[in-house]
Amino acid sequence: MANLKEVRNRIASVISTQQITKAMKMVSAAKLRRAQDAIVMMRPYASKLRDIMENISGTLEGGVGGELTKARPVEKVLIVAVNSNRGLCGAFNAVVIRTVNRLIREEYSRQAKEGNVKVLCIGKKASDFFNKHKNLYAGNHNELYAKLTFENVSAVADSIMKEFAAGQYDRVDIVYNQFKNAAVQYIQHEQMLPVAPPMKKGNDKNVVNDYIFEPGKEQLVLELLPKSVRIQLFKAVLDSHASEHGARMTAMSKATDNAGDLLKELRLSYNKARQAAITGEILEIVAGAEALNG
Amino acid sequence: MQLEIITPDKKVYSGEVSSVSVPGAKGRFEMLNNHAAVISTLLNGKVKIKDKEGVKSFDVKGGVVENLKNKIIILAESV
Repeated sequence: MANLKEVRNRIASVISTQQITKAMKMVSAAKLRRAQDAIVMMRPYASKLRDIMENISGTLEGGVGGELTKARPVEKVLIVAVNSNRGLCGAFNAVVIRTVNRLIREEYSRQAKEGNVKVLCIGKKASDFFNKHKNLYAGNHNELYAKLTFENVSAVADSIMKEFAAGQYDRVDIVYNQFKNAAVQYIQHEQMLPVAPPMKKGNDKNVVNDYIFEPGKEQLVLELLPKSVRIQLFKAVLDSHASEHGARMTAMSKATDNAGDLLKELRLSYNKARQAAITGEILEIVAGAEALNG
Repeated sequence: MQLEIITPDKKVYSGEVSSVSVPGAKGRFEMLNNHAAVISTLLNGKVKIKDKEGVKSFDVKGGVVENLKNKIIILAESV
């Protein structure tokens, strides 16, 4: 009998877990849609900005770009790790941390030995991890996810650019999950600073060469470069945000399915135990009746 | 002329206009039909446009304008 009650309790607890995972899945689906909308909204700006940059550099002789494009010997490195504030989203957070660790171990092992690699965390899961390694930790911007606007993200980008221009870092990399669809994210590792100078479009006939440039081409590039850095960071954060919800949705959907399978098994064993108990009782009664008759 | 005003957060305006006046880096200027191709950064200030519903004005910050073949695009960091 005790076994029956135990199984009943198990079933009740699995049902309530399943309800929670189902609810989380639904919430993530709604948030995913909004995160995707934000990406779609950002895309025209990013692509137009790139077009304009290309149009300018198409008419520009030689490389211009000022402080942000200057490649220095890489001594001091900043890695921006973008993940999420919350867990329960599969390997989403772990893969960012793993990639950053691999970068530190392999690509930047020399700089790391001298203590010149820092990690700036966007997302509580990354900051919790790297906070344990004080020689790596460069702070966090976990508050970004509370209000994910271009303004807030560009403030972070501006402070990174300022530190780069001041020579505090020679190279800034960014690691984030790129959004493909709800089920698929790619881990992405990009160079953020120094900016690769805008590519000159080969001998493209589409480039119109008789633009009027105000104030001047060089100055325009100087003004536009920070914008493209800001939008690069913004894109990374938005992508990561959408990926997070996608990953959580998939994880929670799997968890709901698993809970369903578990329930099926538990119900089967519950019914088996119940039937065995009934059979046992009948046997007892019949045996008792036989004894009386006999 | 076709005008689009775009920020990273949303598309603020898109439509047919007859005149656009922007606070260019070297002074405010107005673009009418068949204006020459131009790329200019903008100061923080008002973009005034005239479409068939009348005159509208937008406060832009950190903007760039591109005009190519009667297609005007204003990229702003915030409006």
